[in-house]
Amino acid sequence: MAVGSATAAPVAAGSLRRGRRWALVLSYVFLGLFAVMFLFPIYYMLVTSFKTNAEIASLAGNPWIITRGATLYHYENLIENTAFLTYFKNTVIVTVLVVAISMVVSVLAAYSLTRMRFVGSGLLATGIFLTYLVPETLLFIPLFKIVGWFGLLDSYWALVLVYPTLSVPFCTWIMIGYFSSIPKELDEAALIDGANHLQMLLRIFIPVALPGIIAATIFAFTVSWASFIYPMAYLYSENQLVLTAGTVTTLIRGDVYHWGGLMAGALLAAAPPVVVYAFLMDYYIAGLTSGATKG
Amino acid sequence: MAQVTLKEVVKRFDGTEAVSGISLDIADNEFAVLVGPSGCGKSTTLRMIAGLEEVSDGEIYIGGSLVNDVPPKDRDIAMVFQNYALYPHMTVSENMSFGLRLRKYPKAEIRARVENAARILGIGELMERRPRQLSGGQRQRVAMGRAIVRNPEVFLFDEPLSNLDAKLRVQMRTEIKKVHQKVRTTTIYVTHDQIEAMTLADRVVVMNAGRIEQIGAPNDLYHSPATRFVAGFIGSPAMNFVPCRLDGAADGLVVRLGDDLALAVPAARTERYRRFVGKELIFGLRPEHSAEARGQAGPGCVAFDARLDVVEPLGMETMVYFSVNGVELCARVEPSAAVDPGETMRLMADMNHMHLIDPENDRVI
Amino acid sequence: MPERGSGIAVKGAPALAEAVPRGARSSLHRWMRRKTTVAFLLCAPLLIIISGLVVYPFFYSLFLAMLNKAETRFVGLGNFAFLFKRDTFWMVVEQSVLFALTAVLFKAIIGFIAAHLINNVPSKGQRKWRGMLLVPWVIPPALSALGWWWLFDPTYSALNWLLAQVSGPHIPWLSQPFWARFAVILVNIWYGAPFFMIMYLAALKSIPEELYEAAAIDGASAWQRLVYVTLPMMRNIIAITMLFSTIVTFANFDIVRVLTQGGPRNTTHLFATYAFKLGIESGDIPLGAAVSLFMFPILAVFAFFILRNVRRRTREI
Repeated sequence: MAVGSATAAPVAAGSLRRGRRWALVLSYVFLGLFAVMFLFPIYYMLVTSFKTNAEIASLAGNPWIITRGATLYHYENLIENTAFLTYFKNTVIVTVLVVAISMVVSVLAAYSLTRMRFVGSGLLATGIFLTYLVPETLLFIPLFKIVGWFGLLDSYWALVLVYPTLSVPFCTWIMIGYFSSIPKELDEAALIDGANHLQMLLRIFIPVALPGIIAATIFAFTVSWASFIYPMAYLYSENQLVLTAGTVTTLIRGDVYHWGGLMAGALLAAAPPVVVYAFLMDYYIAGLTSGATKG
Repeated sequence: MAQVTLKEVVKRFDGTEAVSGISLDIADNEFAVLVGPSGCGKSTTLRMIAGLEEVSDGEIYIGGSLVNDVPPKDRDIAMVFQNYALYPHMTVSENMSFGLRLRKYPKAEIRARVENAARILGIGELMERRPRQLSGGQRQRVAMGRAIVRNPEVFLFDEPLSNLDAKLRVQMRTEIKKVHQKVRTTTIYVTHDQIEAMTLADRVVVMNAGRIEQIGAPNDLYHSPATRFVAGFIGSPAMNFVPCRLDGAADGLVVRLGDDLALAVPAARTERYRRFVGKELIFGLRPEHSAEARGQAGPGCVAFDARLDVVEPLGMETMVYFSVNGVELCARVEPSAAVDPGETMRLMADMNHMHLIDPENDRVI
Repeated sequence: MPERGSGIAVKGAPALAEAVPRGARSSLHRWMRRKTTVAFLLCAPLLIIISGLVVYPFFYSLFLAMLNKAETRFVGLGNFAFLFKRDTFWMVVEQSVLFALTAVLFKAIIGFIAAHLINNVPSKGQRKWRGMLLVPWVIPPALSALGWWWLFDPTYSALNWLLAQVSGPHIPWLSQPFWARFAVILVNIWYGAPFFMIMYLAALKSIPEELYEAAAIDGASAWQRLVYVTLPMMRNIIAITMLFSTIVTFANFDIVRVLTQGGPRNTTHLFATYAFKLGIESGDIPLGAAVSLFMFPILAVFAFFILRNVRRRTREI
């Protein structure tokens, strides 16, 4: 849309406006297309979870809509007759603990690295970032042995031990970004007001960097909830499994008509991160993008 | 006993000296201003007094006690920062009371002090607001309030007005002076603006390149600068400097500014300058100590002709610029003087206010 | 007016007879050292986690990879030699590289387009589009893969039903090597494109509007504005995100494990799933470690490039 000449003002302006309107309409059309592409699998999972077994098993009719009446059977069955609730409980325990550990570790480390210069602090910060690049799929094998040494194989405490490697580096990175943006003069004013380091951290830094703390907490939560390879490798017993591994491995029974329950399980298991995301979307996104745009 | 004393204080950063041996005595309740160009070491000195920078060498005493190793919170000082440094997540009253709350003062006393400070500064209605809802001037007042409630031995101000626009700056200057009159506390104030220094200070400390050039009351610095730097720094517009030669003449001494311009030195100064006869010196005269020559020249005044390069009418005065020996000079004349650039004007220099500077050591003779 | 002080100390006043007491110097050092130890203590938990659970395991896996299956003997590079001779292993290498490069490329393109689309829409509506389009990334990939598994089911595939409606072919999604690889890459693109979208959107918003205005006045068309203003300003983000994603995609486990478990006939195995199969399922930990380690040289190269771009953050500290 090149800028038209000034003399042809009314005509050019009109066509410019029309041109812009076309572009907007096209944008909405394509956005709608993207929305469909990104959301249809979830829609289908939802639809399946409310279908009766009979309808799922039949090949007749449109699988994308419910034609023979919706039912809550799969959800009820999931909660009452499977170990799903156990998985849920385990996942909650593990996630809460890991989030707490991650936040404490990363806030303390970030405070120390941004406010207390010491030999090698810059090196350490780079090192933290490097660890984030060592994937879990490389570490899970040696960690298998290490978890065994602690006697934690087949216990969800193994996850509490190992999950912080997923969250702590990036959470520290996020907090370093937020803490760095607090002007040093605030420190000095607090020093003169009489605060020691602990008071500065608790009463100044954490409140001022609260958006960062929320973003980092969400990140730690999401990463812990969704982790799959570690529970698959280290947990076997039903009473220890967490939602991701449990839903995939044990909710699949021998019979053909398990899809409804499986979809219900997958959706319920995926719900908490989605809910957190829905309510705290801005913090969620801030956490992701702080890795790139703040740097 | 002086309230704040510095003895040969030195500050080194990575081998370079930012402050090179400063010694200073500031008396109780005195308003002292450290003034100088950027990088002269004034802020560094203030921060060393506050305890925010460590002292490389020398000693600092506050209230008679050596404080070199004492952390800021135990020095009984309060500081107002250039960028206010207000806690963004606290209300105004929480900002002001933070220091007292940390020290576990009783609630009633905190409330009383905060109310008192708010009254002095006129920020009573702002108590529940957050800093981001305040204007620059209001934030500066809150920052001052935070300092006042602490009732410290020394107030430290680090260029507090630099972030305000010109009009607000003039307003706040008066505020600060009024506050100092109500709350009698030793104050050390840092600025690069010599007007602020002159209007606020009991004594001005002029600093340059890490050293003190001169300490004195504003009037003393204006009338009797000790060095060329002080002479050129204090006063706006700045003093005129012209290279000259001091010649002896039949009836006294004469300042020769060029082949066709020689100004007679007042008799009272002859003794002071006698031993510099024949030397190349620098002649200094403030623009306000010249005027349009009308009628009889007073004692010590010398008239001369000047071809004007630029004329700046400012309403209450007119500044005229002309050249002597290639050096551009400035004179202040009455606004009624109707002149245009290119014309020649008869000016009068009041030699009673002249200064001669020895270029070898840049000291005023 | 407050009282004026008396003594005026001028520069060059005679120095004090006594020198600076030595005691002051050493207590200063003590104070500094205390600060350093406190700082170190605060970092300690982080250091422990990283050194104990990342650095040490990494080196330990080097050691592990050189043992025999029963972990009783040291076999040097025997495991690696064994892998090199197996066709499956080279298939895994080829698949991992193909998977990573293809998926990342498409994710970047789709994310880029989506970011522009959202940016074109008036700001008030952007939030809800952004919210909707990020959903695939928010759902744990292992669980959304379950949904895709159902979509790909050989008998009941709803996708095949759609294709049948338009007289298209019945696609053997997960049972034929080509389609299985296609499916796995498709799901990864579906999962990862929103991440690119959100990063690029943030980058787009940080480009000053004046640059576009200046370009428009200079006579640039929309395409030229894209090439000469947008792309150069986004260069850093594009590079970092693609490198990041390459590492993560290369090391992918969840999607392949749920959809195909590496089949059919090992044609969709990645390093991670192959290592899992050999190490955990077959119980040959050293061999699994050897497979995993193969990822490292390639990852290190990418990490090096990311590090160069990210140095800026550490200089802020």
